[in-house]
Amino acid sequence: MAGDANALSSAQQVPAPRGRLLTIDNRYLPPLLITSILVGANLSFGILEGWERTALSIVVAIGAEMVLGRITYGKWPHPASAYISGISAGILIRSPFVWPYFFTSVISILSKYVLRLKGRHIWNPTNFGVSAIVLLAPATVTVLSIQWGNAVAPMVVIWLLGALIVWRVGRAHISATYVAAFLVFSFVRSALTGVPWLATVAPITGPMYQLFIFFMITDPKTTVRSKKWQCVVVVMVAFVEMLMRLAEVVYAPFYALFVVGSIAMVIDITRESRSSRQPS
Amino acid sequence: MTAVSQTRQRIAWTVWTFLLIASLAAVRALNQNALASLPHDESVSDLRFGFQLAEAAKRRGVDFVHEAPTFDSRLDHIMPQVASTGAAVSVADFDKDGWQDFYVTNSREGSLNRLYRNKGDGTFEDVAQSVGLADVNRRETGVSMGAVWGDYDNDGYEDLFLYRYGQPQLFHNESGKRFVAAGTGFPRWVNANAATWLDYDRDGLLDLFLAGYWPDDVDLWRLMTTRIMPESFEYANNGGRKYLLRNRGHGAFEDMTAAVGITSRRWTLAVTAVDVQGSGYPGLFLANDYGVSEMFVNRGGKRFEDVAVETGVGRAPKSGMNAALGDVFNDGRLSIYKTNISEPGQLVQGNDLWVPKTAGSGLPAFENLATTLGVDLGGWSWGAQFGDLNNDGAQDIYLVNGYISAGERSSYWYDFSVIAVGHSSIIGDAANWPAMKGRSLSGYQRKRVWINDGFGNFTDVAQAVGATDTNDGRAVALADFRNTGVLDVVVANQRGPLLIYENRVAPGRHWIQFELEGTKSNRSAIGARVELHWNGHVQAQQVTAATGFSAQNQRGLHYGLGQARTVDRAVIRWPSGLEQTIANPSVDIRHHVKEPDGR
Repeated sequence: MAGDANALSSAQQVPAPRGRLLTIDNRYLPPLLITSILVGANLSFGILEGWERTALSIVVAIGAEMVLGRITYGKWPHPASAYISGISAGILIRSPFVWPYFFTSVISILSKYVLRLKGRHIWNPTNFGVSAIVLLAPATVTVLSIQWGNAVAPMVVIWLLGALIVWRVGRAHISATYVAAFLVFSFVRSALTGVPWLATVAPITGPMYQLFIFFMITDPKTTVRSKKWQCVVVVMVAFVEMLMRLAEVVYAPFYALFVVGSIAMVIDITRESRSSRQPS
Repeated sequence: MTAVSQTRQRIAWTVWTFLLIASLAAVRALNQNALASLPHDESVSDLRFGFQLAEAAKRRGVDFVHEAPTFDSRLDHIMPQVASTGAAVSVADFDKDGWQDFYVTNSREGSLNRLYRNKGDGTFEDVAQSVGLADVNRRETGVSMGAVWGDYDNDGYEDLFLYRYGQPQLFHNESGKRFVAAGTGFPRWVNANAATWLDYDRDGLLDLFLAGYWPDDVDLWRLMTTRIMPESFEYANNGGRKYLLRNRGHGAFEDMTAAVGITSRRWTLAVTAVDVQGSGYPGLFLANDYGVSEMFVNRGGKRFEDVAVETGVGRAPKSGMNAALGDVFNDGRLSIYKTNISEPGQLVQGNDLWVPKTAGSGLPAFENLATTLGVDLGGWSWGAQFGDLNNDGAQDIYLVNGYISAGERSSYWYDFSVIAVGHSSIIGDAANWPAMKGRSLSGYQRKRVWINDGFGNFTDVAQAVGATDTNDGRAVALADFRNTGVLDVVVANQRGPLLIYENRVAPGRHWIQFELEGTKSNRSAIGARVELHWNGHVQAQQVTAATGFSAQNQRGLHYGLGQARTVDRAVIRWPSGLEQTIANPSVDIRHHVKEPDGR
């Protein structure tokens, strides 16, 4: 999710036939839309613990990015990516304490600058930050588990908006493949456990999954290069998630992406490095 | 890239790596710190916190184990969840002999409730059968969920209102000898988990507020459909109706709910009456499951208005299960403690301690200080009460918790977390809920006894002071059963034993109690507020009916005084509006105070 804005800027370098739709600069589209969704949802349903904590996540993420980027590279980085990381952390994590909102943002941004291979960071920053915080602080932090209210309409609106964004930036195939794989594997889980299928598929109807599907697994900075392998990787993510769910791991999607996504990135970066060294 | 910039980046990477590791370590340490509680240490004096608890129910003649109901077989797969309430305890001196008695509810069809009469020698005897309060759990009329004492006809004897998943029932106390069914105007069937007495129109007669949980048209023993579950884990508005029943006198009650503007259909688990704006008219705070709390202010006895969002208490949806009032900072402001669910690695809602930002008249804004003061993480929290357990002058909190203790090595949490995030079309149908199969859900939890240092900082000493049971606690009530100026603790556990924790307080700590009797106000003095001024402190308490979850404390207000041997004054604000000041009341006694200007 954090790299989405930066990757979008690279998408702009290749003229997009869809660019006429929603003529806002691509870099600002995801931050604008995720902010609108957040504001609308909180005013309607009160999904946040409080504005202050989400604001803290955003400010800390942007601040950390500015400091780390300036010191490391000698220039100010674009804040859009950090904004996405911060707002994601502020929406996704839940805690009665304030410090998790601070540390999730800090850890997310630090992971970009520390955990790198051949000049590319390995993990989606928000995925790393959220996975780390819920693993290390289970007694005090959980992940967003609420709904967008009771009516179907808000859920449909979010799906449509999310689909529009990923289509606009050419990542719709990733989201669609993951959803299809999740549904198939949920049938498998239901058959193996005897749990009603509607119960196994219930999580995908919630906001947490929608953010995961549209903003986290599609992050161009931390997905492999080819379209075919992008689809293969998300199917693997869904498969590992299924295994984790069979083991009753609650944060299965985050951990699955954490494991599979990083392995895929290492392989992809290594192969890219080798092919660039080969004489043409 | 230049050599300088490469060096710079290497140095930067080293520093960032250190910071990342340090951040991860800090997170781990902060998490551990949040769980800290003081263990039992036999090498240290057992009165190091000023008090010690010892469980003594059987020794006192109380041998009661709560039994749960069994509903429609289509709920078999999740029966422990749907039949997870009904253990309740309510304290009152029903026979006016000066000793606190208590009533406990049972919930299995055909089971008997108990009325434990205090014999005055430290023991109790069950007189429920002989007075007519035992055999009240029948399939035809429903099973008990709780009861609340209040003198509705002002004859001086506390009457009992019983609420059930079924027919609510009022029992008139015939001079402490027996109880007879009384009252008209009650709804035929309410699946209720909360009720309280309050004089909402200040006419001197106690009115009733009854809060439904399951929808009223649901017969849990004979389901027409399995679509009976809450429509959402956060925004459920398909729960039971609420009833505000005005006491018209002579046992006649009139449903005024719609007339006063209460239309809530939330899943209410606890209610307490409180006047947050100092208008003299009591309002209502509702702790709701599957959603936000509601705070109804009473506009002159004519209308109730929900100001939960405006005041801050009703913004974040949680799983409210308790409503108790306490003066946390000894500054005259009554805070509201609401319990929720916290389970490591699954769901961390945190309990709420709503502290008003201002005192006095007008609608206050509340801020949640539970985390700041260290009373937020209480497991799957249920009932909690404020009381000065060690008589040091500050109000402490006793909290019970635990949802379903079944298989000790199994957990239903994963399946619960999966269904709970589903859309209303999924979660609303019981048939979609995964089967529990004998698994626990936040079971075997240790209790919390948070002692207040006087400045609002709380420390959990439950294990250290002897509150070591791990039953599925529901209701907790505080009462001076031995008339020694010490609050004992009685706990009703779901599908578990009733416990009485006998309290031993360190010597040299003084106390004072006030037992109020209204004349122009309702005779029970419910709604009266007493501010005690001593040694530079001021502590406010309110006479309430229901407080906590399915619980009622002793009617008399108990204040610990620490080492102080004198009290400056007690200022009583009666429900009628009259204000009375008692100068220099003696300490270490219970004062019986009758409202001036009698009938």
